[in-house]
Amino acid sequence: MEFPEEMRYTEEHEWTLVAGDIVTIGVTDFAQEALGDVVFVELPQVGTMVEAGKPFGVVESVKAVSDVYAPVSGEVVEINEDLPDAPETINTSPYEDGWMIKIKVDDPTVLDALMDADEYEEFVESEE
Amino acid sequence: MRYIPHTEEDVRQMLAAIGIESLERLFEEIPAELRLQRPLALPRPLSEPELLREFARLAAKNATAENHVSFLGGGAYNHFIPAVVDQLIGRSEFYTAYTPYQPEISQGTLQAIFEYQTLICQLTGMEVANASMYDGASACAEAVLMAVRATRRRQVLLSRGVHPEYRQTVETYCRYLNVELVELPCDATGRTDLEALARELDGGTAAVVAGYPNFFGIIEDLAALAKAAQTAGARMVAVVQEPMALGLLKSPGELGADIVVGEGQSFGIPLSYGGPYLGFFAARLKDVRSMPGRLVGQTVDLEGRRGFVLTLATREQHIRREKATSNICSNQGLCALMATVYLSLLGKKGMREVARLNLSKAAYAREKIGDLKGFSLPFAGPVFNEFVVEAPEEAVALLARLARQGILGGIALERWFEEMPKRFLVCVTEQNTREEIDVLAAALGGRKA
Amino acid sequence: MRVGAQGLILNEKLLFEHSDPGRTGYSLPACDVPEAELPADLVRAEIAGFPELSEVDVVRHFTRLSTWNYGVDSGFYPLGSCTMKYNPKVNEAAARMAGFAAVHPATPEDLAQGALALMHGLQEALAEISGFPAVTLQPAAGAHGELTGMLMIRAWHEAQGNPRRKVLIPDTAHGTNPATAALCGYDVAPVASDGILRADRVRELMNDEVAALMITNPNTLGLFEPEVREICDIVHAQGGLVYCDGANLNALLGIARPGDMGIDVMHFNLHKTFSTPHGGGGPGSGPVGVSAELAPCLPTPVVVRAGEGYRLDHDRPQSIGRVKAFAGHFGIMIRAWAYIRSLGAEGLRQASEMAVLNANYVRARLEGTYHLPHRRRSLHEVVFSDRDLGGDCHTLDVAKRLIDHGYHPPTIYFPLVVKGAMMIEPTETESKEVIDEFCDAMLAIAREATENPALLHEAPHCTRIRRLDETAAARAPKLRWEE
Repeated sequence: MEFPEEMRYTEEHEWTLVAGDIVTIGVTDFAQEALGDVVFVELPQVGTMVEAGKPFGVVESVKAVSDVYAPVSGEVVEINEDLPDAPETINTSPYEDGWMIKIKVDDPTVLDALMDADEYEEFVESEE
Repeated sequence: MRYIPHTEEDVRQMLAAIGIESLERLFEEIPAELRLQRPLALPRPLSEPELLREFARLAAKNATAENHVSFLGGGAYNHFIPAVVDQLIGRSEFYTAYTPYQPEISQGTLQAIFEYQTLICQLTGMEVANASMYDGASACAEAVLMAVRATRRRQVLLSRGVHPEYRQTVETYCRYLNVELVELPCDATGRTDLEALARELDGGTAAVVAGYPNFFGIIEDLAALAKAAQTAGARMVAVVQEPMALGLLKSPGELGADIVVGEGQSFGIPLSYGGPYLGFFAARLKDVRSMPGRLVGQTVDLEGRRGFVLTLATREQHIRREKATSNICSNQGLCALMATVYLSLLGKKGMREVARLNLSKAAYAREKIGDLKGFSLPFAGPVFNEFVVEAPEEAVALLARLARQGILGGIALERWFEEMPKRFLVCVTEQNTREEIDVLAAALGGRKA
Repeated sequence: MRVGAQGLILNEKLLFEHSDPGRTGYSLPACDVPEAELPADLVRAEIAGFPELSEVDVVRHFTRLSTWNYGVDSGFYPLGSCTMKYNPKVNEAAARMAGFAAVHPATPEDLAQGALALMHGLQEALAEISGFPAVTLQPAAGAHGELTGMLMIRAWHEAQGNPRRKVLIPDTAHGTNPATAALCGYDVAPVASDGILRADRVRELMNDEVAALMITNPNTLGLFEPEVREICDIVHAQGGLVYCDGANLNALLGIARPGDMGIDVMHFNLHKTFSTPHGGGGPGSGPVGVSAELAPCLPTPVVVRAGEGYRLDHDRPQSIGRVKAFAGHFGIMIRAWAYIRSLGAEGLRQASEMAVLNANYVRARLEGTYHLPHRRRSLHEVVFSDRDLGGDCHTLDVAKRLIDHGYHPPTIYFPLVVKGAMMIEPTETESKEVIDEFCDAMLAIAREATENPALLHEAPHCTRIRRLDETAAARAPKLRWEE
């Protein structure tokens, strides 16, 4: 299982990657494995305001559905347009091609409070 | 008891294996104060011959379409059921099977549902249909809820021409869900009043709901209703309580409906005093993820053979729980199979022919009754196999008199339409002969035929 | 002798693939009145793609399809919570009597006295069996009965002046329970259990924002909820009501009555407890029993006595209204009433005793091999997990391999509180012989898991169709045939 160093992680198994005031969000390797084959992804529209701790989208497999939560509040500036037609990308490339949305945040430093790769790996091990 | 195979010896051996001395120990974790201290007070058990005799006694006390001349419609229809239907659905591999959650040993059920879904799409002119809902009324309610979910609006315009019991069901389903139901009146032709619709339609309308044909038997101008609905961004819900009409009428899909629901009882399902029947539900593919009910999809097995499975189950209660599109679990599986068999037998040509028989016989009856002194036909719109008659006296009394002559002449409307005490609904199907229609007309006219 | 065998089975196309233009399979009389016409702009073209088949085509088609199915009449069907008991054939004969099957729902009441008498008899019997004074027969299925029950609860609260906001639902509940609560406009507040619902947990969560608690008793682990009486008292003390999911009533017939436990509303599943067939997914029937307090809220109409006969009572100002058209699934009621009339009080009690005996016997035979997560006395069903299986085999693999052995799998992955759950409900209509053969098969499969796990991973092997690609079905849904 992969835990890329450059990302920060949430307890709901989302990953975040900061570049300036833009945060890219997706779901982790652990999440995609737990879900199984992803069959459907629902993303918000560009321009939507998302709220920290509230779901912004949905990932579905054959047997399960998971809400995907915004780790921080902000405006959706870009979504992965290729993803809805190829939901399996979340399984094959959860950290790269499987990215879900990019949001613009006022203060990206709030993400420092999230778990780093080592902390998340420990968290995952304790869940199992 | 012949359904319970245990002998005393079996019980003894099983208790020994479990390690307890009596059956009573099996229930020891039920607190004593909750245990029933007496036998249930139920009638004594009947042997099989006694049971049949008792049930025949009860059955003999009911008027049927066989021992009476019947012109009853209003959401349940007396159509001919070919002998093949009961023979095939009587195969116990069909009727004693469960929901097809284990597809490898349920391909019979699954393929039949896939065929049923296809037939409903073909009949209604829609892109996707589910595996059934309880009946036309609850399907109508579910369609309203789906339109509300899909549009994120809360107002629903419900034509007064939709079956009154369907409307009551919609009211019950919507009562605690922040949905506003507005009734649209019907005009002098018996169709939904388009001016009233134009007045009520706005950016808050989730759905426009109308019958096709409606409860008065009138064929609505569905294209006009759909156009108005869609211009306002609302979903057009067509309610087909008598889908035999679809053997002749343009499909609701081709006229612009977004969701089509209705009652499939006409397709090989016995009247059975009101149930079990068959709610059908069809929509556009773009709305499939908001659809309630089970869906069967085609796929392949690991050796590449075509097979069928329940799919898109994440919409449903067992996965989505409180966010499910509906709470439905059991549906009308075997009734959907009856309909599938029936429609396979009738086929392209048969559907046309049976619809034409209904149309012609109803037209003949309508004309004869309309010509009777004191009787009139209050609605001018075109009809399929049902129509409203206005009598020179109270309909309830008139129909009671006919019943004493062995004729079930129609359904009095006063129960749901207080302003219509002299009106009743007459239904004529392929099961009514010309002689029977003549007898009805004569009886209404106060003479013997 | 292993029950599952291999043999010649026939393939069969889709109806539409058999079509031959011009073939017909119907018989209708000639038109004996002048032919009528509709205006041309109302009339459709012929239904594109509709089948054109002979009667023989149709009969062969569905006969072959039926051979691909497994029903209770084929063999043991141990689906937990579904009560797949034998469907008596005399019930089928009764339902088909013309005096029942050909009765229109709008038949005047004085000409439907047989039907109304039957319905009334069933209402009374269900009331007696469950301990609830009033019963509605209108709901079409268990989930529909749940909706009806919860709507009545809300109506009752509304009449008190405050609908309240939440419903408490244990983590072992069937998925229909939270789905139903949401349909009544309530938020769901989950209640954790340790296998048993504890009064203390309910006491912590119960307050004046909670409209109701939904309970299943026996619960989905097959265990009786021993604290039910106290739990009901706690809920009532704060002005709430208790709903019981009656799916598991087969454990309690003649033994204990939910209405005596403090429960206010309960739905029945006639297609479970009362032997009516499952039909490949339905139709079922979900009557609801209620306390006297809630009786005025029952759906309209209700069958009541009228002198020497019966009538439908529509004059019910506090009723929640209708949940469907007409009076309910009469055809299913006939079968359930025939079942109750055939068994009587003694037979129903025996049914529960033998159902519980059978489940405990399965438990005794399998608990040394399969992990049993909860050790309290099981009632009519027992839940195992796949924890102790060898060869990296899971519950799904056991289920699929059972098919090769000639059995329908038990309920799997439910309840959610047990990881890898396998819920086995034998019902009372299975003999010791059948249960022994089933248990032998389960033990054999456990050995196969260790010795030859591939046999399980790739099961079933003997069926015409093997494991199906459910992912492909969901990713690119193909939900109808197209030309």
